[in-house]
Amino acid sequence: MTQDPTDRPGTAREAAADRASIAVRPEFQQRDTHGATREKVFELEDISVFYGGVPAVQEITMDVRKNEVTALIGPSGCGKSTLIRCLNRMNDLVPTAKVTGQLLYHGQDLYGPKVDPVQVRKLIGMVFQKPNPFPKSIYDNIAFGPRILGMKDDMDEIVEKALEGAALWGEVKDRLHDNAYGLSGGQQQRLCIARCIAVSPDVILMDEPCSALDPISTGKIEDLMMELKEEYSIVIVTHNMQQAARVSDRTAFIMVELDATEQNRWGRIVEFDETEKIFTNPSDSRTEDYVTGKVG
Amino acid sequence: MEAYQPPTERTRLAVAGARASVAATLGNQPRGDVIRNNLFAGLLLLSVLIALAGLVALLAQAFAEGASALGPNLITNPPSTIDTANAGFRPALIGSVMMIAFVILLIVPLGVGAAVYLEEYADRTRWWNRLIELNIQNLAAVPSIIYGILGLGFIVRGPLDLGFILIAGAITLALLVLPVVIIAGREAIRAVPPSIREGSLALGATRWQTTRRQVLPAAIPGVATGVILAISRALGETAPLLLVGATVFVTFDPTPLGDNGYSALPVQIFQYATRPQADFQTLAAAGIILMLVVLLAMNSVAIWLRNRYEQRW
Repeated sequence: MTQDPTDRPGTAREAAADRASIAVRPEFQQRDTHGATREKVFELEDISVFYGGVPAVQEITMDVRKNEVTALIGPSGCGKSTLIRCLNRMNDLVPTAKVTGQLLYHGQDLYGPKVDPVQVRKLIGMVFQKPNPFPKSIYDNIAFGPRILGMKDDMDEIVEKALEGAALWGEVKDRLHDNAYGLSGGQQQRLCIARCIAVSPDVILMDEPCSALDPISTGKIEDLMMELKEEYSIVIVTHNMQQAARVSDRTAFIMVELDATEQNRWGRIVEFDETEKIFTNPSDSRTEDYVTGKVG
Repeated sequence: MEAYQPPTERTRLAVAGARASVAATLGNQPRGDVIRNNLFAGLLLLSVLIALAGLVALLAQAFAEGASALGPNLITNPPSTIDTANAGFRPALIGSVMMIAFVILLIVPLGVGAAVYLEEYADRTRWWNRLIELNIQNLAAVPSIIYGILGLGFIVRGPLDLGFILIAGAITLALLVLPVVIIAGREAIRAVPPSIREGSLALGATRWQTTRRQVLPAAIPGVATGVILAISRALGETAPLLLVGATVFVTFDPTPLGDNGYSALPVQIFQYATRPQADFQTLAAAGIILMLVVLLAMNSVAIWLRNRYEQRW
């Protein structure tokens, strides 16, 4: 493939056209149980992450398919957040972090020497566990991303579209210039999602997006995910198994492993399959113990 | 609701006993605790009063002595060694204001730039960065006369060789107060939560875009406070200025690059104060009042600017 998928186009329209033109190589297509073909967005092969030599996750092999929700579940401290942060190169911000293995994004090595992490993050967005709106108005929060990308389209239109996409427009349309900190927790998280989709990413990564929210807000965001996956591919980390069962198409179960001295712990994939299979008929007994609540 | 009537005598006694013990527990604070609380509060109040007393005494004495010399002459007239009725502070006032303006022009970009570099870009594990960090703390504590010697050796003469001009005095003062701005700027930048930076970077912003559009706007109040402290200190410094050319008894308005000499308010006050005649002492006290007014005006403008651009968290 000659085109570098991390070339950043200037406007939303160009971005959409750019993605459509990324050729889908036949060997990456896979027939799922419903018979439709799904392009692979991410392919992880033997990914290990080390912080200053200490492993956090070891030999993760899995993939993420287009327009699907892929969930990472597992007990606390098993490295789910570490893994998801690899996907948009946020681990680069940690000086002692090292990633080994191969991570392909649309067939291109994401950690290749010519790849600019800034460009990567423009295509792969992230929503964090604790809502982190900027200390600006709601409008400026959403507009920040498009502005730094140099998007010349009408900013009001971009902001409205993003807020509608995050199911927040009706609640804030009369107070767009109020401080974002005046919103409730659930609204702030939806604002962060709107901020993420305002730059038209390809993938949305969500690191435990609902763990700081009440059940009603959680429900709203889960409904939102079902809408969002029509347009984006979503990877979600969650420690809530029921949530994974509700929203995801495929699930990876990661378990903690201890080394011989019991000092170091890292995560390893135990099972990665269709969600329905993981929760009703898992292949591994450890998976069954976890999802039925016997352990973890 | 009518009062609870217990069914038996034994229950009545038990209920009365329970209520009495609760009333005793919830009653007044033990006297020892009250005394200790009041004593502690009193000691704290005393500390505040002692600190204020010094300041109040200074202001009271200045006003008492200098009030008679207050008038428009102070601002419009040049100084004089003989004519006390018409002497004023005009060149010194203009010199001070000009110098503070140049000091602000120098310390804001340099101080903020250094603070941003040290907080955002420097690799904390490198030994030279740790050395720089340590030395900025030291520089804030160096006596001001040393900066005067530095100014004399490097700015007035030496490599820069500017001569005894007002700019040289401004540069010397800027070097003196720069560490204050850097330290305050670093604290302000450090106070911005990392989650804001992460959120910005996750949207595809570069380090510089994140710093320029998220971190710095949020850090403006802290930086502004540092600048206010810095210019307050710079306005009152005499020792370094004595070595870089503010000793000439000037009677005409100073210019930034003019080598006819310049003066500053603290230097002029010092000159008046060293004269034997009592009228000059009055003038010196009036000069102190004038300097305080200038300081108050500068700080008010700076605080107003800071409040205007402050972002609410």
